[in-house]
Amino acid sequence: MERTTSSAVTGLKYLALCAYLVFLAFPLLWLLSTALKTPQEIAQINPTIIPNDITFANFRAAFDEQPIARSLVNTAFVASVSATLTVLLSIPAAYVMARYRSVVSRAVIVWVLLSQIFPWVLVIIPLFLLLRDAGLYDSRLGLIIVYVVWSMPFALWMLRSYVASIPYELEEAAAMDGATKVRALRSVVAPLLAPGVVAAGLFAFVSAWNEFLFALVLIRDPDLQTISLTLVKFIGAEGVARLGPLAAASLVATIPSLIFFAFMQRRLTGGLLGGAVKS
Amino acid sequence: MSKARPKATTSVLAAPRGRPRKPQPRRSRRRFLGLDRDGMLLAVPALIPVAVFSLYPLMRGIYLGFTDAQAGRATETSFTAFSNYADLLDDSYFWESFRVGLIWAFSVTILQFVASLGLAMLLNQKIRLRWLARTLSLVPWAMPPVVIGIMWRLIYHPNAGLLNSVLMDLRIIDSNVDWLSSFSLALPAIIVVGVWTGMPQTTVVILAGLQSVSKELQEAASVDGAGAWQRFRAVTWPAIAPVVTAITTLDFIWNFNQFGLVYVLTEGGPGGATRLPMLFAYEEAFRYGNYGYAAALGNVMVLIIAVFVAFYLRQRFKEAQK
Repeated sequence: MERTTSSAVTGLKYLALCAYLVFLAFPLLWLLSTALKTPQEIAQINPTIIPNDITFANFRAAFDEQPIARSLVNTAFVASVSATLTVLLSIPAAYVMARYRSVVSRAVIVWVLLSQIFPWVLVIIPLFLLLRDAGLYDSRLGLIIVYVVWSMPFALWMLRSYVASIPYELEEAAAMDGATKVRALRSVVAPLLAPGVVAAGLFAFVSAWNEFLFALVLIRDPDLQTISLTLVKFIGAEGVARLGPLAAASLVATIPSLIFFAFMQRRLTGGLLGGAVKS
Repeated sequence: MSKARPKATTSVLAAPRGRPRKPQPRRSRRRFLGLDRDGMLLAVPALIPVAVFSLYPLMRGIYLGFTDAQAGRATETSFTAFSNYADLLDDSYFWESFRVGLIWAFSVTILQFVASLGLAMLLNQKIRLRWLARTLSLVPWAMPPVVIGIMWRLIYHPNAGLLNSVLMDLRIIDSNVDWLSSFSLALPAIIVVGVWTGMPQTTVVILAGLQSVSKELQEAASVDGAGAWQRFRAVTWPAIAPVVTAITTLDFIWNFNQFGLVYVLTEGGPGGATRLPMLFAYEEAFRYGNYGYAAALGNVMVLIIAVFVAFYLRQRFKEAQK
């Protein structure tokens, strides 16, 4: 539009874009580069971004250290059990929230919002006391219960909108064709709900996988540690020689949430109901 | 899919009682909280754990803030009303932590907003490498907080860190700086990490706001001879103001409540220079065992957050009236 200044403006824009790219990307590149370097190279006076010779020894070293492999297994177990439970408990409740005009729906939405802004310390102290008295302190079961309860509000919210997007007419049509309620739910609602179930399940899995504060307070036994805890313990003894395996283990710990985000990005662009009902 | 199934027999017996406005299973007879029996059966498995493991602890947490509960004490805890709060007012560590928390929350929120607004405006234009910037701007979101902390520790590492090596090459510093252990540099250093971490959410929200700005108004304004700044002030800003208020309020609350990231980066050190209120509360509760005192601090934070939510709601109300 303003042609005289346009080339200068474009130049400035690209300069700004470059600054953003550097700021956003370099920490990641540095993590990757540290993970691929030999200990000698990490200790070098003048480190470079691109490793001189790429090595995967750090990944091997990370997995050879017992705690990391074991805590990856622990985390996978805790995260998958709590994701499964979250989804199983949420589906019926989400159906109710979408299909009934009930105070429960509104209460859950308020609860979702509140749980976003709450200082967690206020919940974690009594929760710690409660689990300790129930004999669930320092146990996987205790951690699973906490994760289920804390990812449920958001999972409910997600699933509710998936159910709401399935037209009730579909259920009615199935009933008209002589299907029982159960049958209608199973063969009409369930298939359409599948993407929502996957999304909610992944969400619960990733939030449990990434969680740190609850695990820090509720788990003491090194054999039960989740990956976040083990990585933080790893930092304590921070010789330069250990930086490579630490970076490698951190990269491995990031994989589940990267998959989740890649998946969610496609979900957001793909149409949900692809022509189930003509409107 | 396994779930508590509604009993098929009830549908034959029960008659609809007043056609509800929204289509819903019409087996409503006696209702509780707006739910009939099937609804209750379906909702209860989810509601019970939530009540036991989040609603109840929350209430008990608020109550604990008014008691002298401590770890490993044989005597009963007793109700002490406001004595925890009086202690807080006298506690210089609390005030220091509170001051650090406010500096942290305000700086991170403001810088996050400015950086994200700039990035969102760039991403809203036809510009080369936009796909790369879009993807990269989402990545911090996809990373576990603990990994973000470790990654930035590698950047700030005194001997093997990227930052020192770059600054040395540029001759800005002449000896390695230990960023995270320096009393004066630790807080600014973690503020940068906070901005990096929180940019995705803010950018995405502002970008969505920008995409809803009317193209016609923009063009009309530029036909009338408005410059870029005037267009921004008169057309863009009023359109995105509501989302900006929403996301900055949320950002502020999130930053004020931050724990994991800073715990991994500095554990609140050196000498409390980065001890945010949540870290203070964590230490009080789980290092010194002062449950009641820590819960009292939690209550104070709830009050502060409530003030910000009230401010946000007032702002929303004003915008709605325009």
